[in-house]
Amino acid sequence: VSRKLLTGNGAAAWGARLAGTDYIPAFPITPQTEIIETLAGWIDASEMDARMVTMESEHSMITAAASAAASGIRVFSATSSQGLLYAMEMLYTVSGWRAPFVLVNVSRGLSAPITLEPDHNDIMAARDCGFLQIHCSTCQEVLDSTLIAFRMAEDERIRLPVMVNLDGFYLSFTREPVEIPDAELARDFVGAYDPENIRFRASSPVSQAVAVLGGAPYSYFRYESHLAAQNGVAVYDELSAEFAERFGREHPAVEAYQCDDADIVFVMLGSFATKARAAVDELRKSGNKVGLLRPRLFRPFPGELFRKLLAGKSGIAVIDQNISMGMGGILHAELAGALYGHPQAPRQLLSFIGGLGGRDISLEEFFEIAAVTRTAVTENRTPPPRLLYTEQELREMRKLQAVASVERNELNNNGGAHND
Amino acid sequence: MYRIRFHGRGGQGMKTASRILGTAFFLEGYEVQDAPRYGAERRGAPIFAYVRADHQPINERGVITRPDLVIVADDSLVPVPAAGVLNGIDSHTVLLINTDESTETWKHRLNLACEIFTLPAQAQDRDELRFIGATCCGAAARLLGVISRDTLQQAISEELAELGDAVVSKNLTRALQAYDSMQQHQGCVQTLPQTSASDYTKPDWINLPFEDARISAPDIHASANSVEIRTGLWRTLRPVIDYERCNRCWWVCSTFCPDGAIRVNEQTPEIDYEHCKGCMVCVAQCPPHAIEAVPEQLAQQQEAEQGVSS
Repeated sequence: VSRKLLTGNGAAAWGARLAGTDYIPAFPITPQTEIIETLAGWIDASEMDARMVTMESEHSMITAAASAAASGIRVFSATSSQGLLYAMEMLYTVSGWRAPFVLVNVSRGLSAPITLEPDHNDIMAARDCGFLQIHCSTCQEVLDSTLIAFRMAEDERIRLPVMVNLDGFYLSFTREPVEIPDAELARDFVGAYDPENIRFRASSPVSQAVAVLGGAPYSYFRYESHLAAQNGVAVYDELSAEFAERFGREHPAVEAYQCDDADIVFVMLGSFATKARAAVDELRKSGNKVGLLRPRLFRPFPGELFRKLLAGKSGIAVIDQNISMGMGGILHAELAGALYGHPQAPRQLLSFIGGLGGRDISLEEFFEIAAVTRTAVTENRTPPPRLLYTEQELREMRKLQAVASVERNELNNNGGAHND
Repeated sequence: MYRIRFHGRGGQGMKTASRILGTAFFLEGYEVQDAPRYGAERRGAPIFAYVRADHQPINERGVITRPDLVIVADDSLVPVPAAGVLNGIDSHTVLLINTDESTETWKHRLNLACEIFTLPAQAQDRDELRFIGATCCGAAARLLGVISRDTLQQAISEELAELGDAVVSKNLTRALQAYDSMQQHQGCVQTLPQTSASDYTKPDWINLPFEDARISAPDIHASANSVEIRTGLWRTLRPVIDYERCNRCWWVCSTFCPDGAIRVNEQTPEIDYEHCKGCMVCVAQCPPHAIEAVPEQLAQQQEAEQGVSS
């Protein structure tokens, strides 16, 4: 076992390598490219026995990944943001094929306006497509989750593709100490790829592009995928327990930090959740019983676990690093759905939206979120959703708008003809 | 927890510098987080990198808002607002600047309560430019006081191993020289206690008002507005055409220039220094090698001297 400094991208590449990936269809996109560059380097140096093919788009990349998985080999790929969206049609299609492979997504905010920095709208856009989702908060988790993801995807109770999500910059380009498991132990955990009855052979072809009309057969196929996805909670628990036993690292489906005696609980996804952890430590020093719940498993949604872990709590602050236009925070809505009508559900479920496009969430803001949630509990009144946005930030925006307005006037005064 | 920020220009090796320091901390038994931060632009653009080191796992992430140590590889970045060099500097911060000017000048110019140290800039020597990162790291390691000379050597050897022994050894020489030069300031960097939850400044949150799409859509209200952005300020090296050697092929340099900063006038190429970022693609492409890379600072100095004499 060696512990060394690795970026989140490096950790993802190590996961693919240790899992014994056979085939990697690839297409570059910031901030993911370092993953496929790392893998390409290893393949080039004969340190990894795999085939990489650069495709002409993410749409083709996902198609190639699923086709290869269906033909009986272990497949890994990676993308981000616009790339994931470009592949969207095939994400739904290949999960319908029940093709098991692992896709790493490096979260990055979506256009327009364009950005490189992270938020979760890309991965959230893929939440209904049939891929299971594991969300990471450290570089170590990225490596470990990639190994677990292969087991999940290939498990006969599931057999669906799995995505492992890490935040751009905050994990992708950030080095942290990561324990790299021994190659043999990792292979032993992941096991050999057993394609069972899905192996495609030239002598006995299988068509996976089935058309069904009338609704009932369609409903059957789609609901079976849903049931397979739901099996993911139990399978994940089993696998993470086995992983902990073999490697000594716990990765529960929902991480509960200081929750046992907490009356106020933060709920959030991804790497920003470690900032919430730091805030919990400080809040506890000043006598605030605050905890943190962080779902690692987002699809399937571990609703039962949330109901259990949040039973009897007074106030919950959900901090969404995404925004559903015209609705608000997605995790908040999903959690409300899971808790509604449950007799021991917390009375106050508050929504905060922050960290869009990599916007920082400060320690002080976590303190204030806890304070606002406590007030809501005391007054028994839920405040409206809050965007984490300061007066100072709006002032800076106003400066940009002032420049834009001057330029607009100049353009108008020139009668639209602006020649340099 | 130590919180350290490196500022430089793309291509000056600040990411590598942050990794050397990160590895040095790691070798000394610290938990470490190091990361670069940059946008879509490359060489010459202001970038920063940061390092956190602590004796327990690090939960804090992202931009460092209250740095203990700020290292500036390129002093021309200090007045650039977008570079954010001075962000969050207070009386406890140590500021280390690579510069030709004196510590006194910077103290007077910035009028900050923080401690300032300077490293003699080698900006006029093209060969020395490549070692800025190692020099900064060496000085920083000594100022921190918790990284031994041996550890610094090991960190540099590990991080630069791929570049070969000759490069490693040149970097080691500069780094150790800088390390030794800061002997009397060893360990002067102080860490800050974590902000307490019982005494903190409330964020000034506001409710974002609705504004119609004429205001709130992300439009750019000007054509060809990139002309206004003086990307020439990013340059650390300046391509200079030797017209006696230029064979007037009229297209190679101007075609390869990724920024369209070379135009051809009557078969003679002219470089637009307002927008040339100094990527040196033209230097590499010119068939008769008629374009030379001159350190920007040296070029400016020569220009100023010519300006005075003429």
